[in-house]
Formats: sequence, structure tokens, C-alpha cells
Amino acid sequence: MRLAVEHVTLYRYDQPVRAAVQSHRLHPSSFDGQRVEDWQVTVSGGVKGGGFRDGAGDWIQGWTVAGPVSEITVTVTGLVETRDLTGVLRGHREQVSPMAYLRETGPTRADAALAALARSVEADSSLALAHGLAAIVAESIAYAPGKTHAHTTAAEALAMGEGVCQDHAHALIACARDREMPGRYVSGYLLADAEGRPHEAAHAWAELWVDGLGWVGFDPANRCCPDERYIRLGSGFDARDAAPIRGIARSPGEEQMDVRVAVQSVQNAQQ
Amino acid sequence: MTSFFNEMFHSGRVRPPYARLQDWVAAMPAALRQMKQAEAEELFRRIGITFAVYGEGGDPDRLIPFDMFPRVFTNQEWTRLERGIKQRARALNAFLADVYSRGEIVRAGRIPARLVYCNEAYEKAVAGIRPPKDVYSHIVGIDLVRTGPDDFYVLEDNCRTPSGVSYMLENREIMMRMFPDIFRENRIQPVDGYPEALRRTLASVAPPKCNHEPNVVILTPGHFNSAYYEHSFLADLMGVELVEGQDLFVEGEFVWMRTTEGPRKVDVIYRRIDDSFLDPLCFRPDSMLGIPGLMDVYRSGGVSICSAPGAGVADDKAVYTYVPEMVRFYLGEEPILQNVPTWQCQKSDELKYVLENLGELVVKEVHGSGGYGMLVGPKSTSEQIEAFRHRIIEDPDNYIAQPTLALSTVPTFVEEGVAPRHVDLRPYCLVGERIELVPGGLTRVALRDGSLVVNSSQGGGVKDTWVLAE
Repeated sequence: MRLAVEHVTLYRYDQPVRAAVQSHRLHPSSFDGQRVEDWQVTVSGGVKGGGFRDGAGDWIQGWTVAGPVSEITVTVTGLVETRDLTGVLRGHREQVSPMAYLRETGPTRADAALAALARSVEADSSLALAHGLAAIVAESIAYAPGKTHAHTTAAEALAMGEGVCQDHAHALIACARDREMPGRYVSGYLLADAEGRPHEAAHAWAELWVDGLGWVGFDPANRCCPDERYIRLGSGFDARDAAPIRGIARSPGEEQMDVRVAVQSVQNAQQ
Repeated sequence: MTSFFNEMFHSGRVRPPYARLQDWVAAMPAALRQMKQAEAEELFRRIGITFAVYGEGGDPDRLIPFDMFPRVFTNQEWTRLERGIKQRARALNAFLADVYSRGEIVRAGRIPARLVYCNEAYEKAVAGIRPPKDVYSHIVGIDLVRTGPDDFYVLEDNCRTPSGVSYMLENREIMMRMFPDIFRENRIQPVDGYPEALRRTLASVAPPKCNHEPNVVILTPGHFNSAYYEHSFLADLMGVELVEGQDLFVEGEFVWMRTTEGPRKVDVIYRRIDDSFLDPLCFRPDSMLGIPGLMDVYRSGGVSICSAPGAGVADDKAVYTYVPEMVRFYLGEEPILQNVPTWQCQKSDELKYVLENLGELVVKEVHGSGGYGMLVGPKSTSEQIEAFRHRIIEDPDNYIAQPTLALSTVPTFVEEGVAPRHVDLRPYCLVGERIELVPGGLTRVALRDGSLVVNSSQGGGVKDTWVLAE
């Protein structure tokens, strides 16, 4: 499938910003499941900083904006060819040991309830355990936009029984780590569903380390493994660590952020 | 009754390196000694060197007692120590370069993967990033104790930002000012080359994108930090700028320093702040001390950070156990300096031994420092031991135990005259293009009679440390 992405993030400041610094994890890498044909990122008024591929295989790009400005627009446009590998991250070059992803962070800490949930899954293989954990997280946290926020922890989302993709991913990572299975947060994009089910185009899911397969994606929010509708941007311990854009603006005032994401399937250009 | 190695008097004789000091002490009546001691304290106070060594906390304005009786090594003793220290510094850096790339030592099964990769000090953010010259720890502080004429043990390694070197320099400075005669009578190797050696080391690891004489700065958390004196002292002696996070900013591919003549590019940052505060975009988002975007510049080769972020995984007290293994694995050599035998409470059989022998052991927190949160079995009451037993049982992973070492003693001025007191030693090994070690270090002394705890927060003092020329 060929997917066209347009992703615009607009930051508005009620008082002009003197300077801003951003770190982007906004460049999908190519592997067996996706091939990047074209990808452009622009930052209004921005100066491109250093860029490098990190140990997890993600391209990280720094940007700075010299003020004063009242708005900063980050525009991403691109075209990616995808294949369904039933979630298996094959052919992805990275150096970080999977063991590093056994470490818990604030949002992915397993409290007693998460640990009990994780331990309720019986499985005779690493793959069955991963599927079982993804299923039980999907059952325990209903998709409900607006009930949780950016800083909600996995434990809080489970206690409420509601959340969005970020909460599902955090909860799945927490459960996996409790079962000694490395888990990590993945941010990316998802093609609009033809059946009109609710989803988020700027999406997130989890990858679990499965013996014999390596990293495998699980999307509890949609009760599936990532397929050709998914574009993978990058990974991290949790939502903050894997965020596509991390930034700081030197401004005494308030910041407002608007995000618009469109993902569309396009026909092959030639033919 | 344990016997202790006295570095001056051994087998009823004065050991040769101390020979001249015997006359020196004999020729110093009590009244003169008291006058000199007061003079030394006055000098230290005037310099303003009052900080707690090694980030021990406590009263920042308290003066750490200076003992005028020097500690002396022969050239031969030092040569062996120097080889051992440099060997260890090489192995520690090889370990860091390895665990942030292919992790061969883990794959070879020579160190448990969990101990490395699940370690709090392991920074995923720098995996796959190679710092200039593959050096992570540019100043390695190795804490040593001595138990016999030829027996030295490493207590711990400090790979991040070991402090205390300003004491090494000031102790010498003050001794030379007060007792110029003994410096004429003894051929003592100088330590005052340290600041220039440090500057040279830092400049030698300038980043790939630096194509001119590197601009080196020291990054301090600020004047409220207990080691601020040392930060500004070193900046002065090296002739480099002392900056705080707010003085630096990222623009484009580089880090810049605000100056009255406009922005000036910074190439090498000798940071005296912890990893987690370096860059709010990469680590703690609430850090006010760091520089937003610094880690992206670092990882793309625009600036060097010393010590490199992530270096702390090599000086964890549980990882310490494996340093001799690192020496063998990376260098194919036998370790010259020995580790203290260490029991890890996270292993159930070792925990059992520790709990059965608390009365004889020293128990420490894995991430602790400064002599806090530790139990010295032979010096503790049974109530203290029982209280500590509960702490260990509650969180065994957090503790290691070692035998109580018979730390050597050096004569020390006390109320009644001169008496032996226990000492340790921290030399500062510099690692850049070359590995360098100035002949000396910081000797800490437990001033209380019989005490084995040399930490300043627990009644420790400092001494000038001499290495004699041939």
C-alpha cells in the first residue's frame, strides 16, 4: 500500500518567543515493512541542527528557531510504501539491546492492578503471552477519547478503565515488563478506517520482544498487529521518550498547539 | 586484634620514604606545631576551600580538617600503582565503548546483561553513538586502600565527575608555603601540572565538527553547589570559562556561549552536572540547569561532553565486581590492582552469608556515596546491626557487602602529638588522546582514633600526598 502523509503541527504563543529548540523523531526509517519514497519536514523560521541515527534506528533531527516569533509551524509531508508483516519489525537496523527496554518509567510503572492483570494471562509461548497481554489490555481499557491526558499513567488509565492509544500502549508495556518481556512505545501514523471506526491518525502502539521473532508490534486500541495501514515513526521507553516532536520555547506566555494529520492511500504513480 | 600496616613505622623501623620526616617532626615542638596548624587553617579559610568532598552534603561552609603530616610513596610504589590505575581506566573506557555498541562482554557471558542494560545509569539515548576517541570517562577517580607493603585494593571507581582534585592541589600549595625546607630536603614530584594536563585532555577530545583550537568550558550547576569552589578553581587554572546552563544555547548544529562580544562556539564541555540534568529535551523535562537541544548537538558530533553521558554505568557498585573481568576481556592482561571481595545481596546465597556475618562486614548501598547509608559491622552496636539487617532484607538488590579491610595508617597530628590514623587515596587519571596521571592524589584520613571511615562528613580530613623522585 502507498500511504501519503500530511502532518502539520502549529504552535501559537500569546507572547512572542525569543528562541525555540526542537528535537524531532519525525523521519520514518525503511525496513521490510515500509519503504520511504519521499519525506520532507519543514519548520517555519527554523534552522536545521544536527541529525543522526540513534541506537534504536530512528533518525533524530534537531531544529532551532531564532525569535521573536508568535507561531511555529512544523510541516511533514511524505510518501511511504508499506507491507503487511503482521506486526513483525523485520529488517530494521538497530543497536540497543532489547534488555534495555525492561526498565520501567513513570507512565509505564506496573502497580498492583497492572501486575495482577499481567499475571492473569496464561501462555505457553512468548508469542502467545504477547497476544494474550495485548488482548487483556484492550478488554480492560475501553477506547474513550478525552478521558485521559498526556500525563496519565498506565496505572491511572487501568483504574479508570478508559483511555486512548497512548494509554493502551503504556499499559501493554507495563504488563509486558512485569512478565519480564521487553516492551517499548511506538509512535506513527494510521490510515483512516474505511468502516468509520474511531481512531487517531497520529497513532501509537507498543512493540514487544518475542523470542524467535524479535520486535513485534501490537495495537491494543485497534485489537490488531500493525499492518500495511501503519507507518512507524520511532520508538522509546514511553510516550515522552518516543515523542515525534520534543521542544522548548523561551516564552513567558502560554503555548497553544494544533495538530492536523491526514493519511491517505494513493494509487501507484506510474501505470 | 587486627594489625594495621603503618606506612611510616614497619617492623620496628622507619620506612625509607619517611626517613626525613622523622627529623622534621622531632624538630617541631608542640607550640610551633599548633601555630602552624592554625596558620594552615587560616590559609584554607582565606582561599575559601570549604566544600564537602565527593558531594557528601553536610555543612558546605565547614572547613575540612587539613593534617600537615604528609603521606609518602616511593617512586617504585607509585610506578606500580600508576600502571594499575591506567590499566583500570583503559578497561573501564573499553567497557563503556562496548556496552554502548555491540556489547561483546555481555554476549560472551562475562557480565550479566541485566546488570548493564537495566542499570539506571545506562543511557539508551547514547547507544550507538561513538564519542571522540571512544572515550567516555575522561577523569577517572579510583579510590584505593592499602593493607600491606605491596597490597592495594580498589574500593570503588568514579567515572562521572570525581571531585576533590582541588584539595590535592591546594594541600600541596599550602604545604610548600608553610614548610619550604622539607621540599628542599625531599625530592617530591610536582602535581601542579594537573590543570594543564586536564585542559590538554579535554582539548584532545574535541568533536569531529571542530576544525580550530577547541573552546573548552566548565559547566557548573551554580554557586549553591557544594563543589562550586572546585569548578571555579579549575576554570581559573586552566584558563577556560566557567559557565552555567543559562550561559549556553543551541543554535543550528552547535552550542554557543553568550559573551559580551556576541555568541562564541563551544566545543568541549567539562560538565559537573549529572546526566539527567543535561538537556530537558532528552532527559528530565523539568531540568532548569541544562541546555535544551544539547544532546542532539552532542550526538551529531557538534560538541563533546566530558564525562560522556552514560559513563555512570561503569562505576556502579554492582558493576564494580566485574572490573577485573573487564581488564582480562578487553586488554588480555591480569589486573594489577585487586578488587575488594564483594558479596552482592541480590544473589540469595551471598545474601545469606552477609546476613550471617553482619558483625564483620561493611555493607553499602549500591548507589550510595559519602559514607552515608553504610554499616561498618565491627564498629556498630547490636541494635544498629539489627536495624540494618531489616533494611537489607527489605531491599537486598540495593546492598553489597565487603570484608572490613585493615586500612593502612599514616602518622597524623593529634591532640597528644603524633598518632597513626587510617587513610585512603584517590588519584585522578586523565583519559583523552593519551592517558596521564599526575604523581599524587587526594589522601583522606579518618581523624578519630580507630575509625575506618575517611569521609569528611564522618570526621575525615585530608593530607598532602607525596611521590618521591628516584
